[in-house]
Amino acid sequence: MTRASLPLKAAALGGLAFLHVPLIFILLYCFTTEERSYAFPPPGYTLKWFAVVWDRADIWAAIGLSLKVAVAATALALVLGTLAAGALARAKFFGREPISLLLVLPIALPGIVTGIALRQAFGLMEIPFSFWTIVIGHATFCIVVVYNNAVARLRRLSPSLIEASMDLGADAFQTFRLVVLPNIGTALLAGGMLAFALSFDEVIVTTFTAGQQSTLPIWMLSELIRPRQRPVTNVVAVMIILVTFLPILAAYYLTREGEAVAGSGK
Amino acid sequence: MSFGATSPGAMNPAGFDLPAPREGIGRRLSDALTRHGRLLTLLLLTPPLLWLGLIYLGSLFVFLAQSIFSIDPFSGMIVREPTTATLIELFRPANFDIVRRTVLVAAAVTALCAVLAFPIAYYAARYAGPKVKAGFYLAVMMPLWSSYLVKVYGWKLLLAKEGAIGWFAGRLGLGGALDAWLALPVVGGPSLSVSYTGMVLTFTYLWLPFMILPIQAALERVPPHLIEAAGDLGASPGLVFRTVILPLAMPGVVAGAIFTFSLTLGDYIVPQIIGTSALVLGQAVYTLQGTAGNIPLAAAFSLVPILVMALFLTIARRTGAFDAL
Amino acid sequence: MGAVRGAARRPQKAVPPMHATLDTVPATPAVRFQGVARHFGAIRAVDGVDLSIAPGEFFAMLGPSGSGKTTCLRLIAGFEQPDAGHIEIFGETVEGLPPYRRAVNTVFQDYALFPHLSVGDNVAYGLRVRGVARAERARLAREALALVKLAGMETRRPAQLSGGQRQRVALARALVVRPKVLLLDEPLGALDLKLREEMQSELKGLQRALGLTFVFVTHDQGEALSMADRVAVFNEGRIVQVGPPEEVYERPATRFVAGFVGSANVLEPAQAAALGGAARVSSLRPEKIVLLAPGAPAPEGTGVVEASVTDVSYQGPVRRVAVRDARGLALVVAVPAGAGTVALGQAVRLAVPAGALQPMEGEP
Repeated sequence: MTRASLPLKAAALGGLAFLHVPLIFILLYCFTTEERSYAFPPPGYTLKWFAVVWDRADIWAAIGLSLKVAVAATALALVLGTLAAGALARAKFFGREPISLLLVLPIALPGIVTGIALRQAFGLMEIPFSFWTIVIGHATFCIVVVYNNAVARLRRLSPSLIEASMDLGADAFQTFRLVVLPNIGTALLAGGMLAFALSFDEVIVTTFTAGQQSTLPIWMLSELIRPRQRPVTNVVAVMIILVTFLPILAAYYLTREGEAVAGSGK
Repeated sequence: MSFGATSPGAMNPAGFDLPAPREGIGRRLSDALTRHGRLLTLLLLTPPLLWLGLIYLGSLFVFLAQSIFSIDPFSGMIVREPTTATLIELFRPANFDIVRRTVLVAAAVTALCAVLAFPIAYYAARYAGPKVKAGFYLAVMMPLWSSYLVKVYGWKLLLAKEGAIGWFAGRLGLGGALDAWLALPVVGGPSLSVSYTGMVLTFTYLWLPFMILPIQAALERVPPHLIEAAGDLGASPGLVFRTVILPLAMPGVVAGAIFTFSLTLGDYIVPQIIGTSALVLGQAVYTLQGTAGNIPLAAAFSLVPILVMALFLTIARRTGAFDAL
Repeated sequence: MGAVRGAARRPQKAVPPMHATLDTVPATPAVRFQGVARHFGAIRAVDGVDLSIAPGEFFAMLGPSGSGKTTCLRLIAGFEQPDAGHIEIFGETVEGLPPYRRAVNTVFQDYALFPHLSVGDNVAYGLRVRGVARAERARLAREALALVKLAGMETRRPAQLSGGQRQRVALARALVVRPKVLLLDEPLGALDLKLREEMQSELKGLQRALGLTFVFVTHDQGEALSMADRVAVFNEGRIVQVGPPEEVYERPATRFVAGFVGSANVLEPAQAAALGGAARVSSLRPEKIVLLAPGAPAPEGTGVVEASVTDVSYQGPVRRVAVRDARGLALVVAVPAGAGTVALGQAVRLAVPAGALQPMEGEP
């Protein structure tokens, strides 16, 4: 393999830096003493905003709601996404292509369309906004994340493993429990974590399905449009980064290990 | 049951019988499922299809179908009679401008994403060792999965008039250049955070990972011997790049463009926070369904990104971009 | 549902005698196919196969890829269901029975070891799903591993084993649940030459010791001839010849068998008659032809061919010499090492013993 030229290297590393610089600035502004503008460099540094966040009940309520919604939406997406992956991983039948399109549609179409459509449907059926209206919206676009992870792993799973299990006397359910599930487990976990992160962070669809409820991103959006104490927003932003960072990192290692195991099993 | 007289003792503990498997509803259901593979597929598909088909497609249809209704100009009520008036209204200059503006922004974002993503993807696919590659992957995935709002917020900090970009430009003696850029028509404005430049930059930042990953996937499928072969045949590196690598990477670029384009078309939050006062599509839909209460026109506007994307996807399918997803 | 419930328990009837002689197929064959067909769309993978495998037999299904042999194996295992015809295993009708209700087990071509389980748990899998207690199945798995010479490997992962070892684990895993028929899909295909020869004799020994019915699929004619009691040669979804290896080799029934099993010379009726054989399409094994020394008289009862050498290829113990005579008869002759020199273009005299010409029963 030849070595990369200097301009290519510089462009690649510059691009990566571009992806991370704004996040660094968010962290920096957590400590500024200036709360009315985004003056750079910050005139002074303080830790008081962390204490302010700690005492804000509205923020904790929003975090609580976001966590509950993310758990429920992830659970639903895990079941529905795994079922869809099981059906589509290998089977070839008429209508397979439209179904996989249908799965991707909720993230392929603009979130605003999904959001308004769901709000209209809830209005039409006179369903009041609640915890579950948010969950329904989130689960809809989380399914595909679980599906993608599960279907990729299922396709790598040698079909003869399932045949071997049945050959040795296991029925379909035993085969699923003892062979399929252990082999796709990490992929499901990874898909679940990504779905969790996606739901925890979602704002566009939520705007239309939450009514008066405030998830953390909704709280954040209102702060962005009508800022009160700007550094408080920064502290919350860093918290959000941490809450989504850990599952994503875990998902990454889970899928990587899974690949190593599946690859050497041959 | 035994192996008979010739079996070695080790395999034939005398008189041992394997127990018969437990029979039950599960096993009988399993019989039916293994005999009829389609039944299994059907059972597996029913819950997700009910969910997506009924809840999602149903709502989508109910909403979009209203684009054939119109709104009574006096009462503001929806007139439930099929008409093409609402769809035609899209082509009124003010509305058509919104569509054109949005598509142009989406195109600019897509182009900028492709230019920025290519070197990253190319380096990761062709030159990085396993460790560096894993690092690259994480470095791309982290911002991708980081909070959308947090990222938008980060750019608001950077682009603000008194913010970091302006400060650094001043320190590096580029303050004049920045002012000159902001003085330009269309791309300029009072400050970066209320200009198209700021909006495009923010969008590019948000969607860049969606462009990097498919390009890298496509490039990784270019067999190295193909490039070597082209080199052996006397092609210069530039020629190899143009005639071998670029065409093979195109499906990845198209796959990435599907994301960057569609995400920009539908977004209404970034333009609310960063950008000019002129509306883009997402904002228009948001305003129409909310304060204006004109659901039929909101539905008509929503059809635009869907149709643009459908067109895009049809072209993409032809180029084989879906294999790079 | 009735048929399924009836077959719910493994058949408890006595196991038939293990060493049936080859020419007398007993009343209850281990495996019986009657007019079995399996089509995939327009492809007739198996196209009307009749087959009877005796208990205790080492039976080979030989054929090129796509000839239907693997599909036949999968039909026995239950991974495929026939579109037409009838399949019995030890007298029990198995159409519609899922694999887990059949007293047959398979050694897969890719071994199909469960990557998430240890070697011991892999072998014990079939016992586990039958509800055998943990300690008992550990003991049985240990014994099975000892049988395939892998004692003490229980805690390893399949990924830590060599190809040959994985093959043995797959074998132990299938044997531990006491199949009445063991199916082997290209069992030696993924092994290197030396290991393959070793496993050939071991498999044969194991089969003899256990007295089990082995059905194995291979595209390697040498493997089929050296291991099997009987060989079925497949072509285009049908069986073209069944018989003991000697018979299939010595008396190929069709041009296809003559060509696929050990590449025999095929003579047209007139050519066979000219050499003293019957006026039928006949096969002639290259090693049956004798290269005569210059001037030497032809032995009694042999046809003589005067030809010139068109090609010579050295193959260790023999040289394969291609010759052609004036009337266009082309033959390949296996000349033992040390039987004189043969050069390209040289004129040679060949003797063909009358008995060496075998009329093909499957050809007009």
